[in-house]
Amino acid sequence: MSTPETGDVAMTTPKADDILRVEHISKRYGAVTALVDVNLRLGRGEVLGLIGDNGAGKSTLIKIICGFQPPTSGRILLNGEEVHLTSVTQARSLGIDVVYQDLALIPQLTVYQNMFLNREQVRWPLLRNRSMRKAAKEQIDAIGITTLKSVDLEVASLSGGQRQAIAVARSVYSDAKVLLLDEPLAAMGVKEGAAILDLVRGLKDRGISIIMIAHNYGQVLEVCDRVNLLQGGKITFDKYRQDTSLEELTEMVVSEYRKALEDRHRSASGTITGS
Amino acid sequence: MSDVSETAERSPETFGTAPDQRRNGSSVLSRAATMFLKQREASVLAIAVILFIYFATTTTAFVSHGSIVNIAQFMAPYVVIGIGLVLLMVCGEIDLSVGFVWMLSPYVMHFFVDSGIPTFLAIVITILLLAVVIGGINGVVTTVFGVPSLITTLGSGYIIFGYALTISSAQQINLPPESLGLGRWFGGAPWSEIIWATVLVVIFQIILTRTRWGLYTVSVGGNLLGARESGIRVNRIKIGNFMMCAGLGALAGILEAFKNNIIDPSAGQLAVVLYALAGVVIGGTAMLGGSGTMIGLWLGVLVLAILQDGFNLRGISSNKFQIILGAAILLAMIANTYLTRLRSAGRLQSKA
Repeated sequence: MSTPETGDVAMTTPKADDILRVEHISKRYGAVTALVDVNLRLGRGEVLGLIGDNGAGKSTLIKIICGFQPPTSGRILLNGEEVHLTSVTQARSLGIDVVYQDLALIPQLTVYQNMFLNREQVRWPLLRNRSMRKAAKEQIDAIGITTLKSVDLEVASLSGGQRQAIAVARSVYSDAKVLLLDEPLAAMGVKEGAAILDLVRGLKDRGISIIMIAHNYGQVLEVCDRVNLLQGGKITFDKYRQDTSLEELTEMVVSEYRKALEDRHRSASGTITGS
Repeated sequence: MSDVSETAERSPETFGTAPDQRRNGSSVLSRAATMFLKQREASVLAIAVILFIYFATTTTAFVSHGSIVNIAQFMAPYVVIGIGLVLLMVCGEIDLSVGFVWMLSPYVMHFFVDSGIPTFLAIVITILLLAVVIGGINGVVTTVFGVPSLITTLGSGYIIFGYALTISSAQQINLPPESLGLGRWFGGAPWSEIIWATVLVVIFQIILTRTRWGLYTVSVGGNLLGARESGIRVNRIKIGNFMMCAGLGALAGILEAFKNNIIDPSAGQLAVVLYALAGVVIGGTAMLGGSGTMIGLWLGVLVLAILQDGFNLRGISSNKFQIILGAAILLAMIANTYLTRLRSAGRLQSKA
């Protein structure tokens, strides 16, 4: 049994009842290596914030855990048992569900059609539009997306924040035990962002374990129990909320940025003198 | 225009309970939006009505039994293959080979009847066989090998063309005598073909707007990656629609053979695909996928048929008619683009 440790980085101690463990996951796309021996754990009922720069591998990791694509190597344990995820639908049947950023919505479909996409209520052969519309409306009201006038609007006509809210509201219909939220706070105004954070808390209260990708560290600390930082395809930081601070998270990212700049300078001058 | 005013008159309560409603009119704004969206079909209907009135008042014999039958018979096969093209265009693909399936299918049916299979069964087998084989190949080459469907179906179209010419020796053949009785139901009788076309339009309009298949077809064309990430099996949807398109092409070929009472190697081919595409785009189906309408298709082809019949009766040669057809396509597309721009302006307002 391997413990999730990566080199000299201090990691939180795994617990016996962790709902999800990702062990030694690597992912290569041809010559490009997106993830290197990633170990990640998710406690039962925990909200884990996953942060990192663009291209650090966050989305790749999420796509592997939700069954959208297989890892090159490594394994995934759900409730301590190894699972082989072959598709999004199969992962969903195991209780792992994903909410992508608003990019995954279909602009030509209405709000309620999007909220029920691929989990429609059907009385064969017809869709039960009335029933879905009603449920979607109740859901929208319940989570307080007040700016939305009607669930019959085409998503193409909504603002970025409204779309994001719809994308997250979709998750309420899943019976997921593990929920993956890919940047639920992207493109959000302050008010809309607060509504989404409330929604995440509500999901947590229902006992759902959540991994949330985010950019805004303040919001991450507001709702997450633990924070992981993904840098260059590796988890380089894993701390409980009470053991870290906004300053520490910001400093880590800034130093990474500084390092990247220095590397660029060095390689740039290297090329000039070398050739 | 009539369906627009009908929508406007419905109260919010009837909206909540009406079995056929697609959008809840919970606010005046969304109801106005609904009306506006519906105008895509309504504007084609208006054009058809105006053209009809124009020819009815200026052209003798336009409103006669013979003329109306001509319009109906003319439009029917384009509507049939147009249904398949709408399905494909909504999910972001196209099929140029469907006209060659049209050409091939009556020969295949003839072969099965000659082999002793009863006509009805021969028709069903022909449609299913061509749907699965040709539609399947088109779909797999496009989705699995990633060849753009325009190219895929250009290639498969030529293959089918050559195959049909080879097996027929490019010769006309008569329909099997024993098939002519049933053939009356399949295009032989004057109204049978348009009835097929219209019933199919109604069925596929329901499929497109009220079933999971239609929802997924729109999703695949509207946002391919999003649909895939939602767990929709996008290749399956596309391949299925390629199959339906090929099957409809096979049906159109058989209907036309019975209508013309001959199996003709010059039937179908690329010209009919382009003609049907004209009807599809005039009807308001988007070139870029994600939205389309079967009723609009029916009306779009009706516009073409009225133009063809009307100018024919006025003695304008079919050569010159091509110019009118081209102008009609361009005008319709300009109108559609303009309407779309108006629509997005409406969206900006609704955001505020």
